[in-house]
Amino acid sequence: MNGARPLLELTGATVRFGADAALDDVSFRMFPGEVHSLMGENGAGKSTLIKAVTGALPLDAGTLVLDGEEVSFATPHDAQRAGISTVYQEIELLPNLSVAENILLGREPRSHGMISQRRMRSRASRILADLGIDIDPASILGTHSVAVQQLVAIARAISTDLRVLVLDEPTSSLDLDEVAELFRIIRELQARGVAILFVSHFLDQVYEICDRVTVLRDGRLVGEYLTRELLRIDLVHKMLGHDISDFKARQREPVVTPEAPVFLSARGVTAARGITAADVDLGEAEIVGLAGLLGSGRTELARALTGASRLDAGIIRIEGQTVHLDSPRKAMSLGVVYSSEDRRAEGILAELSVLENITLALQAHRGVFRRIRPARQRELAQSWVEALGVRPPDLDRPAGSLSGGNQQKVLLARLLALSPRVLVLDEPTRGIDVGAKVDIQNLVGELADNGISVMFISAELEEVLRVGDRVAILRDGRVVETVRASDVTVDSLLALVARPDEQEG
Amino acid sequence: MSATMTHPVAVERPTSKYQSFLSRRAGMMPTFAAVAILAVLLACAEAFLRGDFLSPGNISALLLDNAYLLILAVGMTFVILTAGIDLSVGSVMAFTGILGAQLLASGVPAWLAVVVMLAGGAVIGLLIGVLVQYFSVQPFIASLAGLFLARGLAYVVSLSSIKVEDPAILWLQTNRIRLGDWYITPTGIIALLAVAVAAFALHLTRFGRTIYAIGGNEQSARLMGLEVARTKVSAYVISGFCGGLSGLVLTAYSGAGYPRNGIGTELDAIAAVVIGGTLLIGGRGYVLGSLVGVFVYGTIKTIISFMGAEQSWMQIIIGSLLLLVIVVQRAIVARSERRR
Amino acid sequence: MKNFWRHRLFWPAAALVALVTINAIARPTFLKITMQDGELYGALIDILRNSATLMLVALGMTIVIATRGIDLSVGAVMAVSGAVALTIIDGSPDPGGVGTVLVAVAFALLVSLVLGAWNGFLVSALGIQPIVATLVLMLAGRGVALLITGGFITTVNSDPLSFIASGYLTVLPFAFFISVAAIATLAVVERRTALGVLTEAVGINPEASRLAGVRSRGIIWGAYMVSGVLAGLAGVIYASNIKAADANAAGFLIELYAILAVVLGGTSLAGGKFSIAGTVIGVLIIQTLDSTILFLGVPSAQSPVFFAFVVVAVVVLQSPRTRNALRALGGSMSRGGPTVSRTEAEVAR
Repeated sequence: MNGARPLLELTGATVRFGADAALDDVSFRMFPGEVHSLMGENGAGKSTLIKAVTGALPLDAGTLVLDGEEVSFATPHDAQRAGISTVYQEIELLPNLSVAENILLGREPRSHGMISQRRMRSRASRILADLGIDIDPASILGTHSVAVQQLVAIARAISTDLRVLVLDEPTSSLDLDEVAELFRIIRELQARGVAILFVSHFLDQVYEICDRVTVLRDGRLVGEYLTRELLRIDLVHKMLGHDISDFKARQREPVVTPEAPVFLSARGVTAARGITAADVDLGEAEIVGLAGLLGSGRTELARALTGASRLDAGIIRIEGQTVHLDSPRKAMSLGVVYSSEDRRAEGILAELSVLENITLALQAHRGVFRRIRPARQRELAQSWVEALGVRPPDLDRPAGSLSGGNQQKVLLARLLALSPRVLVLDEPTRGIDVGAKVDIQNLVGELADNGISVMFISAELEEVLRVGDRVAILRDGRVVETVRASDVTVDSLLALVARPDEQEG
Repeated sequence: MSATMTHPVAVERPTSKYQSFLSRRAGMMPTFAAVAILAVLLACAEAFLRGDFLSPGNISALLLDNAYLLILAVGMTFVILTAGIDLSVGSVMAFTGILGAQLLASGVPAWLAVVVMLAGGAVIGLLIGVLVQYFSVQPFIASLAGLFLARGLAYVVSLSSIKVEDPAILWLQTNRIRLGDWYITPTGIIALLAVAVAAFALHLTRFGRTIYAIGGNEQSARLMGLEVARTKVSAYVISGFCGGLSGLVLTAYSGAGYPRNGIGTELDAIAAVVIGGTLLIGGRGYVLGSLVGVFVYGTIKTIISFMGAEQSWMQIIIGSLLLLVIVVQRAIVARSERRR
Repeated sequence: MKNFWRHRLFWPAAALVALVTINAIARPTFLKITMQDGELYGALIDILRNSATLMLVALGMTIVIATRGIDLSVGAVMAVSGAVALTIIDGSPDPGGVGTVLVAVAFALLVSLVLGAWNGFLVSALGIQPIVATLVLMLAGRGVALLITGGFITTVNSDPLSFIASGYLTVLPFAFFISVAAIATLAVVERRTALGVLTEAVGINPEASRLAGVRSRGIIWGAYMVSGVLAGLAGVIYASNIKAADANAAGFLIELYAILAVVLGGTSLAGGKFSIAGTVIGVLIIQTLDSTILFLGVPSAQSPVFFAFVVVAVVVLQSPRTRNALRALGGSMSRGGPTVSRTEAEVAR
């Protein structure tokens, strides 16, 4: 395949933001009928490269050649016209319009300047049928699930004269079935000769679907490899640029006595949607991992236990006392704190300083009129910034300007400043760089060693196993089993998490 | 990761006709509610006012008395669908009205005066649109500048009212076309035409769908390659143009230009649009709903004057009705959010 | 920290100074302050006195805007408050009594508080968009005020009432002391308690604040109540000034001027970071401009044209596009500051 001419070739690409080069002299190529993966830590330049290829950002230097012709795109629309379509992580469609309009708007069938809704619907129907998606093209997009909306986005992309399809983190909110369906569609497009750029954090998926991988680090090209010739460990090594031994496994006493006092216990927890009759116990100084697919109810359970969502049924006891956690505030006053999976929308206050972000929860807890003295605030924030290694250690910088990993640390500092007894962390390591990820995993271990109970949610089963003492497995809104982390492997856990109900019993 | 299951995926066919209707037409519910409100109002009026309310003459008058508001509401619908708002329309109507009256008084031919009025409205709309689109000014503030400008300019043209004697302009209001007991004047035709043209443009042209797309998600609309910038500016130009048209209609209706016209009328127009089922978050609503909303507004006004009640009740009732509609819409949105 | 404050208020303050300077050059009497019977008079004193109503309303608006809201009903609340106060005084056996006036004012403020609480209820408890929620009262409020006064303009003669707007406390107008008291109270509350930072947190991200344990609802609700009370006080001052309750003219367009003052003071309508000092400067700019326009012999009805240009100039100068263009021109002229970094974020996106 190496003899073939690349369909798309980017040479010497450089993109600068002010003084910093987000992309520095990077070359990148894609072949027709090949699935290509772009790998790198956050900040490696992946999204900048995607934007450069799809016309969302101009190149400061370098050339882009499509099918032998040099091109330059001023807007994403120009790129689309040239056959380069993108499906973004966050679905960029119109929830208020019909599925058919979402697929065809911009090139809808018209006669005498009028849109023909009937022809549009039948054309959309054909495109959807092509992909094996059976939905009503006249229905409003917003009435469908996220997964279906994503498939509609792909349907939109392939309805053009598609030559290059860019999929930016397409699987981050899909469950296993939906991923399989997506891969089926990718293979079909591959067979049609489309060049596909597949960007994902999930190594498994990259190895399953991709032919070729390009690795970036710090805005520079590390290299281009054929997936089958590159060992996973080598890939991770190239992405990180430092030794893998930085992943140090937490050292804990191997035996956790089953009689450890239960600190928080939940029975029959049911919330409006997502979680039904869940029973969980969290021992003192214990880490319980929650494993489950997206939609299995892990976030719903976390929110229900921390007062973030209302409980429809069930009892929560803390040290044997029944409590009513009707707000995060109430939960906090009982020592139960929650960190949301959605850091940007439900966590960090981007325009407030690091200091204000760290002291916020404590201040809110004390109430409006008992203000923490400024000197004390600074002292407090400073100590947490040092303890957690927030970079840069500048207390007055707007928190929104930190990297994802450092924002997560600031959020943890905010919660830890409350001296909590129970820490519920919903995907604290999602979308952050590997260094910060290891930091946070280690921190969770230390906290548990210091007597704090932790509930740890992650989409990565390996991480759940590494961090947790026990793992509660969720499926379809139910806690189906709780196992010791030392008793299962990633593969056996995957089987537990994914097992369809009919095979049970 | 060998767990590749081959399911017939993504089967989300609605199972019943009812569900299919819901998934296709969920956005129409608020407008249906507006129709229901209008029906109840008309029925009440008919019952309480001893059966002489629903006469052809009354209904005709309802349209003609509120033609100016209907035109404003049509323009406002475009803007609100893009998730914007235009506070300037009442003042633009006053400004173009007094400007036209002044031009006619100084001997400018009627056709030229009309062109200047419409263009004047459109230019103020253009200014607002450019501020919103190219200078990222919030629509609220940009149109506030438009309000100040138009209101001030109205007083610059004249501090007092100017009578209009041009026969061509007055003809717009005095020429009654009768059909049995029904009648309509050219001003009424202009208003209905505005509704028809707007409905056509919004539903059957790419421009119209782009208006909806912007209200749904502007970023997405841009990524889809739709002409977002031009369309958004156009929405404000249309609203300004409708302000000018409304100024013409009001001048013909009242036979004079008056710089104090239309104070607070922008709120009436917004209220009519919202009562008609268009959501202020943009992307959802219908111009025919705005027609219904204006009729609701007009009906209440007529009922109050029939009953001889104080006009201050008008404000209270419209405010309460707006509240009712908003709370109901909010409940609908909250329910659909929960279902997701 | 100090640099940061200077940075934020530099342009509004410079605009105010420039405006005063232009006035001082164009009309030498502008800066002149005379003493009569132990009371100070002059154009500057007039500005301080006349700005009281706008000041009160704009202060309340600042707090509401900081929570990501807006309060369109302030003008209507002014009308209701004036109507309530004057109706009570008019109906009392002793309209000139200090006690009567105090009771009337207290009652008017109580009604305003209830109206503010109503707005707060719609926004924080029902989750209705602030523009829409307060539009309800904006529409209906004047109707209510007209009902209270029976559709007439209630006029009264009451010395204690007139004192509120026109009287002097020692050498300065009483109304000026009212605005100073309001500014001081708000500033102290913001600085000495955690209300300022919690309000900003709620304005930046209500859901994140709720999860951090902030009583978002209470803070939002409180902001509208503060706005209501301040508007009510403004309504009393207005009524005292004209010795009448005019439901249509009281606070006419004041919501727009108040919003303009807040924006001029550098507080973003997107909520979050706010500045009381900025709003004070914004109000003084508007009031000085108003006085300038009057001095130029322009009929006051035409003055909105000038304000339109002010609004356009301010928003165009503040827009990311202009800032980028200026930055490209001036190289590394301005560094840091949250507004600049936000612009970068937008460009990066």
